[in-house]
Amino acid sequence: MTLALALEQLLNGLQLGVMLFLMAAGLTLIFGVMGLINLAHGSLYMVGAFACAAVAAATGSFWIGLVASLIAAAAAGALVELLVIRRLYDRDHLDQVLATFALILIFSEGTRWLFGSFPLYLDIPPILGGAVMLPGGLQYPVYRLAIIAAGALVAFGLYVLISRTRLGMRIRAGESDREMIGALGVDIRTLYTVVFALGAALAGLAGAMVGALQSVQVGMGEPVLILAFVVIVIGGIGSIKGALFGALLVGVTDTMGRFLLPQLLALFVPPAQAGMIGGAAASMLIYIVMALILAVKPRGLFPAAHA
Amino acid sequence: MNKSLAAATLALSLGVSGLAMAEPLKIGMITTLSGGGAGLGIDTRDGFMLAIKNSGNKEIEVVTEDDAQKPELAVQIADKMIQSDEVDILTGIVWSNLLMAVAPSAVAQGKLYVSTNAAPAALAGEKCNPLYFNAAYQNDNLHEAMGEYANKGYKKMFIMAPNYPAGKDSLTGFKRYYKGEVAAEVYTQVGQTDYAAEIAQMRASGADGIFIFLPGGMGIAFMKQFAQSGVDIPVMGPGFSFSQDVLPAIGDAALGVKASGQWAPDFDNPASKKFLTDFQKEYNRLPSIYAVQAYDAAQLILSAAGKADVKDTDAFRAELLKADIQSPRGNFKFNTNQHPIQDIYVTEVVKDGDVLTNKTVEKIFTDHGDAYAKDCKM
Repeated sequence: MTLALALEQLLNGLQLGVMLFLMAAGLTLIFGVMGLINLAHGSLYMVGAFACAAVAAATGSFWIGLVASLIAAAAAGALVELLVIRRLYDRDHLDQVLATFALILIFSEGTRWLFGSFPLYLDIPPILGGAVMLPGGLQYPVYRLAIIAAGALVAFGLYVLISRTRLGMRIRAGESDREMIGALGVDIRTLYTVVFALGAALAGLAGAMVGALQSVQVGMGEPVLILAFVVIVIGGIGSIKGALFGALLVGVTDTMGRFLLPQLLALFVPPAQAGMIGGAAASMLIYIVMALILAVKPRGLFPAAHA
Repeated sequence: MNKSLAAATLALSLGVSGLAMAEPLKIGMITTLSGGGAGLGIDTRDGFMLAIKNSGNKEIEVVTEDDAQKPELAVQIADKMIQSDEVDILTGIVWSNLLMAVAPSAVAQGKLYVSTNAAPAALAGEKCNPLYFNAAYQNDNLHEAMGEYANKGYKKMFIMAPNYPAGKDSLTGFKRYYKGEVAAEVYTQVGQTDYAAEIAQMRASGADGIFIFLPGGMGIAFMKQFAQSGVDIPVMGPGFSFSQDVLPAIGDAALGVKASGQWAPDFDNPASKKFLTDFQKEYNRLPSIYAVQAYDAAQLILSAAGKADVKDTDAFRAELLKADIQSPRGNFKFNTNQHPIQDIYVTEVVKDGDVLTNKTVEKIFTDHGDAYAKDCKM
């Protein structure tokens, strides 16, 4: 194992973490402000990917597709909030889980009805194609570097939005005391719709960016959703900062585990078995990390101030 | 008294009418029509129904249900089809884990099962069953063919598959024929979508070839990421990783990939040409390998139904075993374990105009059976 390989794996972990952050940020924002568990977040991720693939195929430009993914996911989010989610805030979490699970099924079958069952084609824009040589003789795909940069930009943008703007102030106020901010004359209903649309847009952005790397198909959101839930549980539910650190921790742990565990085991058992056992152990690793963190800090690394 | 008399009369009349009518052949198709694996199930259904439609046989009824790629759902559907729909034959399951949940119990209840795809080793060897037929292959076959192909010019192979039974069968099958050095044997998570960590290992491994078995969305994700990585090592895999259901989504990243298969759209025999024309006319797309397998499964059932009554299981089985069909694959017959003996080819992904498709390169195995048939005693 060379230093370059270890470094490359670290970058891979970082990139996976950034992608998870985009998903988890929206999820945790929605939970923090509205106390809502939104299982349909993965569907909004899928909407973003499909919108990007469809528009990119029609216009030939990934960038127009990317804008379309933001708009489509935000619009779908706002629509869902107005029609369904709005009725769920005062219900308990079981009702929310049931209703948003129903939304997953509706989104999945609706997408299949519109686009068919076969995966769509979405390629990365030519300007971000290929690999670059990094210092230390390391070759790394440009597109993955771009994802890391985009994630960092979104994290910074969210920080500015939440700590420096009026909307951010209202979001923070909504997190700490919902009744009070309503009583102070803030239109809480509109605020909720805006926050939900913002979270949905972030998921849509993640879907479009990742869709170009993976396959754009029905049901693509659910595996990511599970990881995003792990991230926000580790980070502290409702905390954007927690989502960032949780996502990076999960991304790096998962990547390094997949890379190092089989090699470590190969010192003791034959390579074929090491691959099999190591692979299985690596897939459990993030859940073990989650269990350990929860044992020490039951409310996650950065618990939100209230609750 | 009056009531029970009426009931008895009714029962008698129903029984009589049941005797009087010729019982049509009823087939229960359980396949994946929703979720990520739906593309495979839809090709299975469409290939199967094409053969039924072409036959013009009105006596055959097919009931189709979606298993959503969930074993527990497949079991429920199978029970319902056997008990309330009273089907004679079950077919259609794509995934080996679902098949293992359904087929053994279905044959134990005296129903025939004709597999259109899934072919786990467990049902090909000691646990083979007179009522279980496989029209596709045995799971290991296409991987074995790739191992044999890799012997020609590849000295050090990096091999990778998902960590589940078919993934293990895959790498076992590959290694059964491959004689060179294995640089690394990597098992990934089922449904994994990011392969950056594995691609980095490939780059560092010094391998001169890569064998992957990543069906469905996993293969799409891997090929796109591999193409962007700047790693320049030839990739090969079993045909279903590069079949017509995923090629359009992978795009040009798949060009030049070598794969093994029992059929490709460029096969030069009349049955293949007819199948290709009919399928394109009916569904307006190119068929995948799953469609061919299901088409042949339906042809096999039709051939037997023409000569024997399905209620006479032994006679029907004997007709099925003759495999009296014109398969688009060319040579096709059944082995002692009721799995195919067929030719296996290596194909290459090429661009035909705007459409990505597989072109035949060479024949790797002639009349190839499987490694488990010798353990099957019927």
